[in-house]
Amino acid sequence: MNLTLRIWRQTAAATQGSFHTYQVDDISEDMSFLEMLDVLNERLTAKGEDPVAFDSDCREGICGTCGLMISGQAHGPEVTTTCQLHMRSFPDGDTITIEPWRADAFPVVKDLIVDRSAFDRIIQAGGYISVNTGAAPEAHSVPVPKAQADRAFDAATCISCGACVAACPNASGMLFMGAKVTHLAELPQGQPERAARVVKMVNQHDHEGFGGCTNIGECAGACPKEIPLDVISTLNHDLRKAMRHNPS
Amino acid sequence: MADPRSNVDDPDSAVLAPVQVATDGPSDSPMANPTSAEPSVSAPVVPDAPDRPQAQIGDLVAGLYRLGEPIADTKAPDGPIEQKWTKRKFEAKLVNPANRRKLKVIIVGTGLAGASAAATLGEGGYHVTSFCYQDSPRRAHSIAAQGGINAAKNYQEDGDSVQRLFYDTVKGGDYRSRETNVYRLAEVSTNIIDQCVAQGVPFARDYGGLLDNRSFGGVQVSRTFYARGQTGQQLLIGAYQALERQVAAGTVTVHTRHEMLEVVVVDGKARGVIVRDMVTGEIETHLADAVVLASGGYGNVFFLSTNAMGCNVTASWRAHRKGAHFANPCYTQIHPTCIPVSGEHQSKLTLMSESLRNDGRIWVPKNREDCEKHPRDIPEDARDYYLERIYPAFGNLVPRDIASRQAKNVCDEGRGVGPKVGDFRRGVYLDFTEAIDRLGLAAVKSKYGNLFDMYARITGEDPYATPMRIYPAVHYTMGGLWVDYDLQSSIPGLFVTGEANFSDHGANRLGASALMQGLADGYFVLPNTIRDYLAAGPFENVESRPEVAEARADVQQRIKLLLEINGDRTVDSFHRELGHIMWEYCGMERSEEGLRKAVDLIRGLKAEFWRNVKVLGSGEELNQALERAGRVADFIELGELMCIDALHRRESCGGHFRTESQTEEGEALRHDDEYAYVAAWEWGGDDGDPVLHKEDLVYDFIELKQRSYK
Repeated sequence: MNLTLRIWRQTAAATQGSFHTYQVDDISEDMSFLEMLDVLNERLTAKGEDPVAFDSDCREGICGTCGLMISGQAHGPEVTTTCQLHMRSFPDGDTITIEPWRADAFPVVKDLIVDRSAFDRIIQAGGYISVNTGAAPEAHSVPVPKAQADRAFDAATCISCGACVAACPNASGMLFMGAKVTHLAELPQGQPERAARVVKMVNQHDHEGFGGCTNIGECAGACPKEIPLDVISTLNHDLRKAMRHNPS
Repeated sequence: MADPRSNVDDPDSAVLAPVQVATDGPSDSPMANPTSAEPSVSAPVVPDAPDRPQAQIGDLVAGLYRLGEPIADTKAPDGPIEQKWTKRKFEAKLVNPANRRKLKVIIVGTGLAGASAAATLGEGGYHVTSFCYQDSPRRAHSIAAQGGINAAKNYQEDGDSVQRLFYDTVKGGDYRSRETNVYRLAEVSTNIIDQCVAQGVPFARDYGGLLDNRSFGGVQVSRTFYARGQTGQQLLIGAYQALERQVAAGTVTVHTRHEMLEVVVVDGKARGVIVRDMVTGEIETHLADAVVLASGGYGNVFFLSTNAMGCNVTASWRAHRKGAHFANPCYTQIHPTCIPVSGEHQSKLTLMSESLRNDGRIWVPKNREDCEKHPRDIPEDARDYYLERIYPAFGNLVPRDIASRQAKNVCDEGRGVGPKVGDFRRGVYLDFTEAIDRLGLAAVKSKYGNLFDMYARITGEDPYATPMRIYPAVHYTMGGLWVDYDLQSSIPGLFVTGEANFSDHGANRLGASALMQGLADGYFVLPNTIRDYLAAGPFENVESRPEVAEARADVQQRIKLLLEINGDRTVDSFHRELGHIMWEYCGMERSEEGLRKAVDLIRGLKAEFWRNVKVLGSGEELNQALERAGRVADFIELGELMCIDALHRRESCGGHFRTESQTEEGEALRHDDEYAYVAAWEWGGDDGDPVLHKEDLVYDFIELKQRSYK
């Protein structure tokens, strides 16, 4: 395959970025999208040009490190992670625009790499169950109904890639946050901190500069783990309930 | 002790008798596979044990390594094995809560072992600084583990116990792990499940709301806890959340996108690390009272593996160069069911669950001429179901090492299928046609659907219509830095946990035991053993000691050197070449001749690397080529040591098959009389040879015997 790539290049957070155009020929349709970028970088290096910086790690769709806007879509035309997107998804001769995630809360670090540490800070605000090591009761002492366990699991599959934020016109992180709130709220172990958790996480989310949710649904559409939109309903429900009981 | 397991359900540890030798298609390319130029099964070599060792060891040592003093673990207490851990915990000195604040611990790596240790020590009140190369601790490669985590809970009332988990693990490791450490692992396994459930890890549950279990890795009890195919992710998120809770509490500071490049050793003790901020390029010095490496395995030495792209050996290797022994480096786990390489540009291999072998039939064409044909056009009588043919009792469920080795053999014979990569097609068919006829499409879909979807996404082929292709890949490394019972390396104050240490898996790792070890070490073992060391602290302030500045200068010098070479070859091209050498000569099947050749090739590659590598840009910026260059330089040195370790160990053991050591039937032959020891290697200096220290493996509680069921 022969392709024209329009790639966002930006040397550091504080500098101005711009699109650069590269021709890449002789691309196999069996390559993953990131392997195609590897090939581009090998060729750029050979010519003495600075390779394109991008994030990736496990390359099997689970670590959540990779994430690119590909021709305007988070992770590209398929519902998957960028590492699991293959070049056979593109027509030969295509022009592909590659950008980093765009959100105020995700500042660009270099080229296609953004800083998603805001997500870690949202978890720090309350996205956990407070239990010290060694203080745990016998695992079978608290049964969990299968339906709840399954819904908790579905929500827990979020890989924190940030596609939901990138896809959202408001750059909202509510799908990410809703997934965590739902995961823990479905479990008996998550109940004691349930109300405080949601309030603290939402406050942190807003503080980080993410936008609010206006129910557009692009987030769930772009989510490679198909986290359902209704985790945001659970988030809103828990938040409303927490505010009513403890309006501070 | 009686063997509690029968052979039929024990595919991971049985030794099998082939009934027929493979005769089809002699290799037409001995260059690519000199180690099996003669089909190993047709030329059994039964070495003459009594007069073999002396002459050959002398011959081997010259120019490759030196023999050093024997070593031993001195920390495991005496007494019955059931009481050792309790006794050790009691004997370990305490640190009172007010003093813990004054004690500083550095932890490198945030996977299961690192994140759980950081969270637990933070809760205990110690001052913890944690480093990871990823942009978030939650992305450590533990997240990719699919299968499950073992624990001797005996919830299924099927006869499981701590003793049985201990026994299975030692035996599965082919008697090359340390008995005391493994017993403790089995002992604390039950606490892990309690801890994770309390954190909200969503394990699979049955309709009564209780935890579900499955059987895994060929054991006869159901002791594996799982969260669909994402057990690693769910466990890691549990540990990550516990870690972030401590960050908020102020006891732990996490530095993401930081890479450890040197360990600071003062007065023989580990006192800190030198790290590089991967965003700004700044070289930072961090000092502490103790250092913990939880930096994972080194499978990426093979370039292609199931490891994440960033997994590397640098933290361990820099510690090794500073005096930490590296134990059993040649022990690599090779997994038979991975998606094969599709082309020269492939960057990684993806594992598919081994459960596929329960229903899929593995075959290649009998004739090389058929390899290019569509599999459906190859008639039944022209197919070679080679595992069923050679091992009729086990068929497609033979142990991992045998399934892997035979797949490589048929591909090396020129009968592999799929795209040609180099001169070879490296793939064999995994065919579900018969299973679909027998069970129906819907049943196969419900059982294996997610794996079929994953395969279809990666290969672009429909596995329901065309047989899947699989090939073995490097998955996990059982070797690692040597540690004693306290998980302390040969450098006092330097502790090593999880995959980065060597102690628990022997020559093989059983399924679902890696996650168990990571969390056992991090939550329960290290926090107890490290306090015995820390009780002597806080240690003297070493900030102004010359060793600190020297370590920092070494790092800066090395980066400068890498940037100044400005040669012709990219870093990845060196890494790829190293990977080819390692896979061919130090992979599933190894020979004296091949390994000697590999050592020469690696030495040549190392010289060329430092003369001809091309790293653009500067050190004071985000520079991914520079990051990789430093890692590949360390992988090259490790690769040489792996080959030397494999060379000196003239026995077949676990997944490590030496052509010189096989039974008359061509199966792996262990030599307990000569090799029942841990090979702990000491760095011999840039111009010297590595020094081999042997730790004898003493089995007081399990009878050491061949894995034969005949």
